[in-house]
Amino acid sequence: MTENFEPTIIGFTCNWCSYRAADLAGTARMKYAPNVRLIRLMCSGRLDPTFVLRALASGADGVMITGCHPGECHYIEQNYKALRRYLLLKRVLKGMGIEPERVKLVWASAAEGAKFASETTAFVEEIRKLGPLNWGKPSDQLPIISEPVQHEEVPA
Amino acid sequence: MSEKKQERVGVYVCHCGTNIAGTVDVVGLARWAGEKLKHLGVVVAREYKFMCSSLGQELIEKDIKELGLTRVVVAACSPHLHEKTFRTAAKNAGLNPYLVELASIREQVSWVHTDKAVATEKAKAVVAGAVSRVIENVPLEEIKVPINPDTLIVGGGIAGIQSALEIANAGFHVYLVEREPSIGGHMAQFDKTFPTLDCSACILTPRMVEAGTHPNITLMTWSEVVNVSGYVGSFHVTVKKKARFVNEELCTGCAICQEKCPKKVIDDVFEAGLGYRKAIYIPFAQAVPKFPVMDKENCTYFIKGTCKACEKFCPTGAIDFNQQDQYVDLDVGNIILATGYDLFDARRVSNYGYGRLPNVFTNLEFERLSNAAGPTSGNIVLRDGKTTPKSVGIIHCVGSRDKNFNNYCSVICCMQGLKFAHLVHERTGATVYNFYIDMRTAYKAYDEFYQRVLEEGTLFVRGKVAEVTDVARSEHEKGKLIIQVEDTLAGKQRRIPVDMVILSSGLQPRHDAKAVGKQFGISCSTDGWFTEKHPKLDPVATMTEGIYIAGCAQGPKDIPSSVAQGAAASARVLDKILQKEVALEPIKASVDHDKCSGCRICNGLCPFNAIAFIEDDQVSDINPALCQGCGTCVAACPAGAISGTGFSDEQIMAQIDGLLFLNLLPVEA
Repeated sequence: MTENFEPTIIGFTCNWCSYRAADLAGTARMKYAPNVRLIRLMCSGRLDPTFVLRALASGADGVMITGCHPGECHYIEQNYKALRRYLLLKRVLKGMGIEPERVKLVWASAAEGAKFASETTAFVEEIRKLGPLNWGKPSDQLPIISEPVQHEEVPA
Repeated sequence: MSEKKQERVGVYVCHCGTNIAGTVDVVGLARWAGEKLKHLGVVVAREYKFMCSSLGQELIEKDIKELGLTRVVVAACSPHLHEKTFRTAAKNAGLNPYLVELASIREQVSWVHTDKAVATEKAKAVVAGAVSRVIENVPLEEIKVPINPDTLIVGGGIAGIQSALEIANAGFHVYLVEREPSIGGHMAQFDKTFPTLDCSACILTPRMVEAGTHPNITLMTWSEVVNVSGYVGSFHVTVKKKARFVNEELCTGCAICQEKCPKKVIDDVFEAGLGYRKAIYIPFAQAVPKFPVMDKENCTYFIKGTCKACEKFCPTGAIDFNQQDQYVDLDVGNIILATGYDLFDARRVSNYGYGRLPNVFTNLEFERLSNAAGPTSGNIVLRDGKTTPKSVGIIHCVGSRDKNFNNYCSVICCMQGLKFAHLVHERTGATVYNFYIDMRTAYKAYDEFYQRVLEEGTLFVRGKVAEVTDVARSEHEKGKLIIQVEDTLAGKQRRIPVDMVILSSGLQPRHDAKAVGKQFGISCSTDGWFTEKHPKLDPVATMTEGIYIAGCAQGPKDIPSSVAQGAAASARVLDKILQKEVALEPIKASVDHDKCSGCRICNGLCPFNAIAFIEDDQVSDINPALCQGCGTCVAACPAGAISGTGFSDEQIMAQIDGLLFLNLLPVEA
């Protein structure tokens, strides 16, 4: 199964920098791996570590956290708080038996569409090497699906 | 999702011509959403060529009214482009605008991926995420705050003066704060302005006088902003008025104190170190305001305790040795930062010898040298004060376009170098060499000026100068400064002996730009210039509502561009003032007092001091007026007592699940 493994990654972006970097990557038609699905937050400081655990529990193989470069936070210094939580979270993940490398922090300013694209592609490859997370089966607490949807095999 | 909710969701997939439809199977996507997301409450899913067109918007409005939709998802471009469009459409149809979500399947899908099947699959996930999230959205109301009609402008250079005059002439009050004793900025130091060669002071000083006497302008020179709080519409600012030791009420500006003061000091600021001033001084003849400033560091009375010559001779008794710094509190609605630039320190390029070789001058020194009101009365002479140079080398791009210093082009140096060439030629008849990397003369009448200087016989050498030295290799180099350069057009090394070298030092951000940016809550680019909201469409606004930038604080530019930006920034401010109130995004955090344990973890996290601890109730509380909505406290609260509108835990959790909807299959399926 790992031969055809296509990782699924959830990316958290900051409204002011990395989300705009993703927009810029789009406007400039830069190509990157399609495995990342983005969520917009107002700031990386909004990132509750629970979100990361929820994503991993719900089927993501990796989580990318992105924010403004240190010193460039729209809210002055909240990205430092994201950094603190990220470092702590990695230790928690290790304790839970999950490779800490499944979570990555990337700084990307609104001007860094190219960096956003390349970091995304690089992260997908890192997760591909780690293989699927297989962190339990989706259980009852997760949303009830009205009917099973056939997952199309995504070509590499 | 949660069973209790019976939302009726409409999904609208945009083709965006072929921008999306070229890479995503939009028809299939809409059909899939209509069928497979039914359990989430999707009752209708449509696709249309251009959803943002009025027909597309009408389609949504019609469905809201006829099908009773309670939530709308538009799968189209980035919310930064059309979120407002679709929110307005929903509002027009009677639906709360915050019950609309955009799924970005253009910037995040069709433009960045190539395989249609893969892209369609990702688009499905993005749409499922948005549908899951929108169910958790709650109706919100924009927050309206009143705008204080007064404006603060920081920096009294030409950009700040222009801004102040525009707003004051429109009938609103302006506080113009300037760090130096007089307004005027760098432009007051210049001799001529390119390409018209009109005298800088002649065109600037009438504006300075107008700003100084305007009934709607409160001039605060020799002053600095020390504290800023609040938000658009109502900023609270504290300005420190440094002690002048001169009573402005009594002073008439007669300058007798300056004349009688026995202490001479080198003037490093206005005369760029080439001339002298007194310990009590008016920085230049046309200074506005005309009041002198006492330099406490150099005043004989402050050093030795005796002298007071100024006090003795002052006819109005305006000298006050006991004056203290004053702190003035201002309430303003908008702020314009026009704090200008610092000149690149040419000493850093040690191979050009500035500071070591006496006859190497900076561009600012040359401006003073050629200025009729300057230390040499406009005579272009060497450092000895009497010898007229017979040959002059002007070196461009000093500290600019150089990986060792600043990567960017300082914009003004080419034209400034040409202006110097013309002035030297005209006043001394000396042979002039310009050493340039590329000649950039891209504005109205600029290239014509270049042609004129070429015709005047100035010699141009294309190449970056390697070294300026006084070590002669031959008889004719003796006593000269030798410029070693690779002439890249001729493909050979040259050694050109000259009497005088002028370095076109680049512009760089103010040394304290980062700290000032932080004080006002705006950011700087990697080069250190203040960052504009949009490089093309919003060049004078910043990411912080109510704070605008103008002139060189935003990036290197010439006088016409600085004036244009000054005027543009004031137009933006006037727009705000005339609206009387401003609508803010209702993205705020709030504390559920019943859940709050009073642990105070959140208290220290807020950089805006919006969270206060209520001692009586032993709970924390958030001031919505100060909250900027970053959500850091929401994420930190261990009790889950803080919630944030627009980005609630429920919304984000639902979006995570929605995005992973396609993966939610039995593992061994």
